[in-house]
Amino acid sequence: MVELIIIATLTALGYVFGRAAERKHFASILRREEQLKEILVFNERQLPPGDWQQGPLVNGNVVISLDYFKRLVSTLKSLVGGRLTAYESLLERARREALLRMKEQAQAQGAQMVINVRLETASISKGKGDQVGSVEVYAYGTALIS
Amino acid sequence: MLISNIELIPGRKILRHLGMVQGNTVRAKHVGRDILAGFKNIFGGELTAYTELLTEAREEAVERMVAQAEHLGANAVVNVRFSTSSVTAGAAELFAYGTAVVLEDG
Repeated sequence: MVELIIIATLTALGYVFGRAAERKHFASILRREEQLKEILVFNERQLPPGDWQQGPLVNGNVVISLDYFKRLVSTLKSLVGGRLTAYESLLERARREALLRMKEQAQAQGAQMVINVRLETASISKGKGDQVGSVEVYAYGTALIS
Repeated sequence: MLISNIELIPGRKILRHLGMVQGNTVRAKHVGRDILAGFKNIFGGELTAYTELLTEAREEAVERMVAQAEHLGANAVVNVRFSTSSVTAGAAELFAYGTAVVLEDG
């Protein structure tokens, strides 16, 4: 009985705080993407025409975790299969955040664009029962400064 | 030491290629950080301690790669790639590799 109450409390906490955190994060992502839209990002390796003076390596990473509620829902969902929307939004947030941090670094160095961008995903910590609870996304590329 | 993840350094000419250089580091998680991360696993959100841990680890892998390149007499590393793998539970390996080159003085 006590265990059930603990699980119910954790689920409720996860639902309330997790939702608020996700909404806040998406709002911040959209705002910063708007601010940084002048910095163009390409994943091709050719240098665009122009006289480029410097090309430092820029990078950004983020480790982000699921909340308790979403993890529970995903566990149940994986019994029947299908889309795990909780993980989809987690990875989307992580990728967009990592790219934004990379672009922020590029802007701080006065770059106009970032080319040859690579994204890498790793699961670094595992939750109970060998379940992946958090992911790391790392983005890196070459910033071009004219 | 200039580093880039494309085949060249913009605005500079490559004189000689000196071969591949690499650097790696294996980092384990800190117990204190693990407990904090456990709380974050309930509420969701960014695990800042892990983000910092991995940033530091990558910097160290790059430093080791750069040290190896310096040893060969290079002044730049091009075509750098990063890779992450989890060797055992609770530890991650960060690996950086690239080609050491000598640039024309600019």
